[in-house]
Amino acid sequence: MKEPTTQVLQVNDLTTVFDTSDGQVHAVNGVSFTLQNGELLGVVGESGSGKSVTMMSLLQLVPSPPSRLVRGTAMFQGKDLLHLENSDIQKIRGREIGFVFQDPMTSLNPVFTVGFQLMEPLRKHMGMSKKQAKVRAAELLAMVGIPSPEDRLDDYPHQFSGGMRQRVMIAIGLACDPKLLIADEPTTALDVTIQAQILELVRELRQKLGMGIIWITHDLGVVAGIADKVMVMYGGQVVELAPVDELFANPQHPYTQALLRTLPGAATDENAPLQTIEGQPPTLDQEPSSCPFFDRCEHAMSHCGTSLPPSRELPNGHRVVCWLGAENSEAGAA
Amino acid sequence: MSQSLVEIEDLCVHFPVYKGLLRRQVGAVEAVDQLSFDVRRGETLGLVGESGCGKSTTGRALLQLLDVTSGSIKMHLMENDNTADVVEIVGLEKNHMRSLRPQMQMIFQDPQACLNPRMTVASLISEPLDEHTKLTSAEKRSKVLQLLDDVGLNASFANRYPHEFSGGQRQRIGIARALALSPQFIVCDEPIAALDVSIQAQVVNLLKELQKKKGLTYLFISHDLSMVRHIANRVAVMYLGGIVELGPAEQLYNDPKHPYTQALLSAVPVANPAIEKTRQRTLLTGDVPSPANPPSGCRFSTRCPVATDQCKAERPAWRELKDGRSIACHFAD
Repeated sequence: MKEPTTQVLQVNDLTTVFDTSDGQVHAVNGVSFTLQNGELLGVVGESGSGKSVTMMSLLQLVPSPPSRLVRGTAMFQGKDLLHLENSDIQKIRGREIGFVFQDPMTSLNPVFTVGFQLMEPLRKHMGMSKKQAKVRAAELLAMVGIPSPEDRLDDYPHQFSGGMRQRVMIAIGLACDPKLLIADEPTTALDVTIQAQILELVRELRQKLGMGIIWITHDLGVVAGIADKVMVMYGGQVVELAPVDELFANPQHPYTQALLRTLPGAATDENAPLQTIEGQPPTLDQEPSSCPFFDRCEHAMSHCGTSLPPSRELPNGHRVVCWLGAENSEAGAA
Repeated sequence: MSQSLVEIEDLCVHFPVYKGLLRRQVGAVEAVDQLSFDVRRGETLGLVGESGCGKSTTGRALLQLLDVTSGSIKMHLMENDNTADVVEIVGLEKNHMRSLRPQMQMIFQDPQACLNPRMTVASLISEPLDEHTKLTSAEKRSKVLQLLDDVGLNASFANRYPHEFSGGQRQRIGIARALALSPQFIVCDEPIAALDVSIQAQVVNLLKELQKKKGLTYLFISHDLSMVRHIANRVAVMYLGGIVELGPAEQLYNDPKHPYTQALLSAVPVANPAIEKTRQRTLLTGDVPSPANPPSGCRFSTRCPVATDQCKAERPAWRELKDGRSIACHFAD
């Protein structure tokens, strides 16, 4: 089933703005990245950094209005996801691109059986008969490790535990063999031992199915365990993008560095206070004209507050958006 | 330092389950069952476990915020003349309990939900002072400003409302409120769970600093094992209503003895790809059984990788090991 390495998704300069009665919120500002086939991209950032809005914008899942796509393209199999008609994007959602939401409690419909919800995309997108869909649905449940799947098809979501529900969500996401799976904090609501089960499952499925996965999380530990590439977001922008080993061994952006330092255990002395990042995340009420991390950055220089930092490509597929180390080479470029 | 502040013996909290037309009691959810441990003066005792294991119930029971089914909780409260006064708080009369409340306070998980949105920060913080002290309003005002300063908030924020603050700042208000009556014992119920990583570190640092300054004792409830390792002196691991292992933090993290502690620790992802790729994981299968219908014998026996017939039949005793930790397992030594 594994295909040669090809690009699944290419996002370029994605910018999403919310128009609210209190003014604009610039939630996503010029996000660009690519995803190869079979690759797992981990997206990390604090709440409000634009992780979820970026990914939901890709599938036009952010209600519009209040949201508005300002610019950008997202090429997926020769089509620009951002500018597809409603009926066309519907054919892609759930068929070509699977989505797993954060909270399995609220994203499964409580009044339909799990089997019905699993069979719905199969019948709609794949044109399966009820019988075929049922067989396939049972297979899917078995694949995500739910015991006696045939019997569980007729159960309702409340009859499943939190971890099992998340497995069902993953099964629905995978139902139509998507080329790309977007998982939005799929393990955040779960306990660590259940999270470990889900992560193990994803490692297994990746080898079996070989699709591209985008995994949104705020847990750097999870990313370290499963990702190939990591994208760090802050204030609606990508501040750093690098292969996982490279990012943890050699973080370039001051925000990434600070984030890694704040983790308990990073400090060698138990009694020493934890390292913190002082200040608050930016409010995003204006179009960014400076580095979003400027007022919390310990390396901040005068031009950080007045101009957008350039995006620089470093060796090993590393990309960083920061003035630090850039002054000599590209000071005039931006 | 090693003096007990709170001594808990055989604490049980069972929630009755009623069913049918006559609302007959058909069973009970054994949220907390036969807990025995102590919290020592000046320490931070970490209480960890998965959701539904009874951590919060334990914390609330210690403050008598819910009815205890059986067992004893003894508070060794320090009087002004530095002698400890032992009070059994289970079954204590309401008025007497109320007079002890200033000594024991709580910091809640969700700072958004525990602050009344219609009250200013100053009135929120001075509310406990109104209830329990006879200070004049000028004295209260100066106390409030002092508390705001203690938790690192600007005194000019006193007249603002909770919605004007970020999550981390709101949690600081919650902390100021808990500190208002100069308590000896504070139960911190997941105080950082709702905060972002970079803000969590700020709040944890604040809690540690206040502890040093005011000689506080914390029961720190959390599911974040790495943060507990950092803040706690001793750690208790709970599973399905019972503590399975309790010991000094370093000992417990470096050399866990109970199979559940081992599995729990190995499930925590490490933010280091090199370690993540090579380390051995102990994966638990299945889910936590329902506390309404707990398994017989050892409660962990249904998921334990090394369970034997003895585990399924016989409940392990809560015993102390040679190295000073306590454990509930037939086999650990």
